[in-house]
Amino acid sequence: MGMDLAQFHEAFFEESFEAIESMEAALLKLDVGAPDPEVINTVFRVAHSIKGGAGMFNFSDIASFTHTLETLLDGVRAGRTRLSTPIMDLLLKSVDVMREMLRATQRKESFDPQRVADLQFDLEVAVAKTSAEPPAVAAPAPAPAPASPAPPAAAPPAAAATPGAAAAAAGASEWRIGVKPLENMLSRGNEPLALFAALAEHGELSVEASVEEIPPLASLDPHRCYVHWQLGLKSTVSKEQIAEAFEWVEGDCDYTITPAGTAAPAAPSAPAATPAVAPADTPRVAPPPAAAASAAAPAPAPEAPAAAKAAPKAEASGGGDASSIRVATQKLDELINTVGEVVITQSMLAQLGALAEGPSAERLRSGLAQLERNVRELHESVMRVRMLPIGSAFSRFPRLVRDVAQRLGKQIDLKLTGEQTELDKTVLERIGDPLVHLVRNSIDHGIEMPDERVAAGKSAAGTVHLEAFHRGSAIIIEVSDDGKGLDCERILAKARSRGLVGASETPSEEAIFELIFLPGFSTAEQTTDLSGRGVGMDVVRRNIKALGGKIDIRSTRGKGSRFTISLPLTLAIVDGQSVCVGEETYIVPLVSIVESLQIKASGVNRLSNAGEVISFRGDYLPLLRLHDLFGVEPRSRAVQEGLVVVAEGDGQRVGLFVDDLRGQQQVVIKSLERNYGQVPGVSGATILGDGSVALILDVAGLIRSASRRAAA
Amino acid sequence: MSSNSAKSATNETDTHQVLTFVLGEETYGVDILRVQEIRGWQAVTKIPNSPPHVLGVLNLRGSIVPIVDLRKRFNLAQAEYTAITVIIVLTVRSEAGRRDFGVVVDGVSDVVDVEAGAVKPTPDLGSRAATDHIRGLVSIAERMVVLLDIDRLIGAQITEPLADAAVLAEAARAA
Repeated sequence: MGMDLAQFHEAFFEESFEAIESMEAALLKLDVGAPDPEVINTVFRVAHSIKGGAGMFNFSDIASFTHTLETLLDGVRAGRTRLSTPIMDLLLKSVDVMREMLRATQRKESFDPQRVADLQFDLEVAVAKTSAEPPAVAAPAPAPAPASPAPPAAAPPAAAATPGAAAAAAGASEWRIGVKPLENMLSRGNEPLALFAALAEHGELSVEASVEEIPPLASLDPHRCYVHWQLGLKSTVSKEQIAEAFEWVEGDCDYTITPAGTAAPAAPSAPAATPAVAPADTPRVAPPPAAAASAAAPAPAPEAPAAAKAAPKAEASGGGDASSIRVATQKLDELINTVGEVVITQSMLAQLGALAEGPSAERLRSGLAQLERNVRELHESVMRVRMLPIGSAFSRFPRLVRDVAQRLGKQIDLKLTGEQTELDKTVLERIGDPLVHLVRNSIDHGIEMPDERVAAGKSAAGTVHLEAFHRGSAIIIEVSDDGKGLDCERILAKARSRGLVGASETPSEEAIFELIFLPGFSTAEQTTDLSGRGVGMDVVRRNIKALGGKIDIRSTRGKGSRFTISLPLTLAIVDGQSVCVGEETYIVPLVSIVESLQIKASGVNRLSNAGEVISFRGDYLPLLRLHDLFGVEPRSRAVQEGLVVVAEGDGQRVGLFVDDLRGQQQVVIKSLERNYGQVPGVSGATILGDGSVALILDVAGLIRSASRRAAA
Repeated sequence: MSSNSAKSATNETDTHQVLTFVLGEETYGVDILRVQEIRGWQAVTKIPNSPPHVLGVLNLRGSIVPIVDLRKRFNLAQAEYTAITVIIVLTVRSEAGRRDFGVVVDGVSDVVDVEAGAVKPTPDLGSRAATDHIRGLVSIAERMVVLLDIDRLIGAQITEPLADAAVLAEAARAA
C-alpha cells in the first residue's frame, strides 16, 4: 500500500485535539466516588481512537503511550481499577502529555521523551497494581436476573476481561466465535468477509451462518445485514489476538469469543422477543445473551461472554451529533467578502431601480425588493457561519479551576451558563486569555479559604460563575464570584502610596474600582504564580478594548464581585452614524456617540491657546472641528450652522463638529491598512450603498491626534 | 491603441510583457504580471492628512485600494481628471506582504514584449536623481520607455513621499 497518508495527518491531528478536549471534559465530569460508566466509556473511546489513528500513521510514541493509557482505562471501565484521586490526576496528566505529543508531532518538533516515559511508567504501575489484586469480580458472576439488564457495561465485561479469563483462555486450541452484525455494519463500509479472512489467518476457520432472521423479500432492507454467524477457529492464539480482528468493526458488530469445548453460549442471537432493529437508546449488546448464557449454564466467570466489549462503541455511533464539515477560515472570509459585494451591488441596483420609469419599472422594483430580502437573508446566514458557541472558550475552565483551586487549597464550584451563546470566531479566539485571567483572579483574590468562608457564614465552597448572553447587539460575558469582594480601602491605600491618587482626594467607589485597571497595579500582598505574571488587569482591559468591547466591575464587600465584559457581536460589522463634512461622509460608531446637538455661537468658548470648548451637561468638553483635523473644506465654519456630536473615546468626551448627520446604518468594516496604512483618527473604511468608500472614525484616535496637534 | 512593434520575440525565454502608458510627454512601462486591471477614472474618497500624491481610496470589488497620482509622484504638471483618465491597478510585493494600489495615468498605450538584453541601465544622473524605482530604459519603436520597478516605486510604505521627482524625465532624455 503505497498510499501517502501524510495528507490525512492534519485531519487526524484536528480530530485528536478535539477528542482530547472532550476526554478532558469527560474526566472532569467524573465523580471519583461514583463514576458514570458512560463517561468512562467516552474517555476510553477517545484513547482508543487516538491509538488507532496514531498506529495507522506510524506515530509509534503516541500509539504506545495511548495503548498504556487505554489499558488503564479498560481496567477502570471493567471495574478492576478503582477510580481514585491519584488515578484521576494520572489521567489528567496523560491528557496533557497526549496533547503535547500530538502538538509536537504535528509541528514535527521533538517532545520530552523522559516525561512521556515517566508518565507511561506510572500508568503501567497503576495497571500492574490492580492486575495483581485478586480480581474481585472474577468470582462466579451471579447470574443476573434476565429481567434486569441494568449495568451492561460494568459487570459482565469485568468478568470477561479479567486477567483470569485471558489466562484460562490462553490454553485453548479451538475457539467458538459468535458474530452478529448490527444494523449499520454494512452501511458503514465494514465487510464481514474481510473479518473472516482476518480470522482465518490465525488457523482453520469454519463458518456457519444463521439465516432465520432474513425477512420476506418485500420487507427486506438491502442495506442491512440480517445474517449472523457462528465460527469455529482451530488455533492456539490468545483471545486478545482474535479480538484484534474485531477492532475495526467495534460498534458495528456484536461478538463473543469463547474457548470451544466449554459450555459455549450460543451466538449472541437476539432472542425472538428482541427485534433485530434495536432502538438506538437500548443497550444493544450483552444483556440478552449474557443472561441467557448464565441462565443456561451457570458458567464460571472466564467463560462469560465478552460481547459487552462492543457496547460502548455502539453508543458512540448512535450519538446524535449534528453533522458538520470543516472549512478553512480563509474560504469563509472570501465568502463573506463576496456576499458583502453582493450587498453593495444590490443597494446600487435598488437606487437605479428607484429612478426607473416606463411600463416595466414597477415589475423591476418588485423584483428588486425581492432581491433585497434574499440578499439580507444571505448576508445574515453567511455572517452566522463565522459565529461559534462560546462553549469552546468555556471548556478549558473546569480543568483550570480544578487545578488552581487544588493548588490554593480552596474549594470552588464552577458554574457555566450560556455556553450556546454565539460570537464571532475572532472574538472567541481572543477573549480566552482575558477570561482566564479574570477567573484566576476570582479564585486567587476573590474566594476566601474554606475556614474563612465558614466563619463568615458562607458555604465552605465558593462559587465562580461564568455566564454569557446576548443583550441587544452585544455579547455580555460575566465572571462573578461569591468571595470577599474588592477591598476599596486597600486599593485606595495602594493607589495613594503609588501617587496615583492624591492624599486629599476621595474618589467614588466606581473610580476606585477603575484603579485596578491601571498598569502595574496589584493588591495581592505576595505574588503567587497565579498573579504577578506580568499580565495584569490593564492587559485584560486592553485586550477587551482591542475587540471593541468594555469591562465593568461591580463588587460588594463580603458578598463578591462581578466583572462584566460587553463585546460587539462581530468585528466585521459596526452600527454607525453617517456624518458629513463638506463633500465627505464619515461613519461614527454608534457605541462611541453620547448625544448629538446643535449649539449656538455663544455656546462655544475659546480657551486662550488650547482651542475651543463647549458646555455639555455642566461639563466643558473640547470641541474638535473635523474639517480642521482632516483638512476638508466644510459647508460652514459657523457652529450654529452645523451639528456637534458628543462622542466618547478612552473615557474622554469631546464634541465633534460636523456639517450634518445622515442616516444610521450597519456597515461592514474593511481594512484600510491592508493596502494603504494606518490613518490617525480612522479605524477603517466601509463601502456605502452607492459603492463609494467612507472612512470609519476612531474617536479615541481623533482625541489623541487633536491633543498632539494642540501640543505642537 | 495601435498594435505595432516588437511582438516578434514572443518565444524568447528572456522576454517579458510590459504594459506601457503615457504620462505627460513620457512613456512608462510596468510588468504586465503586476497589472490587476485597468479602469476608468472614478471619484475617490480622500484620506485625511495623506501625502499629496495619494489621491484617496477606491472600492475595488470589496477591498479598499489607495490611488496614487503618478504625475504628482514624479512632480509633473497637474493634469485634469477626465473621462479618458485611466487608473491602472497594480500589485506590489514587499516584506509587508502583497498590496494593491491604483495609479492614475494619462492613457494606456500598448502591451509590448521586451527582451532582457534590450533593457539599458539607467544612466547616473548624480545625487540629484534617485533612480531606484527605474528598472531600466528600453527603446520601442523609436520611443524611449522607462521601465518602472513598482516595488521600489511604492514599496512597503505607500504613505511615504518619494524623495526624488522631476529628474525622471531628464533621466529618460539623458539615456
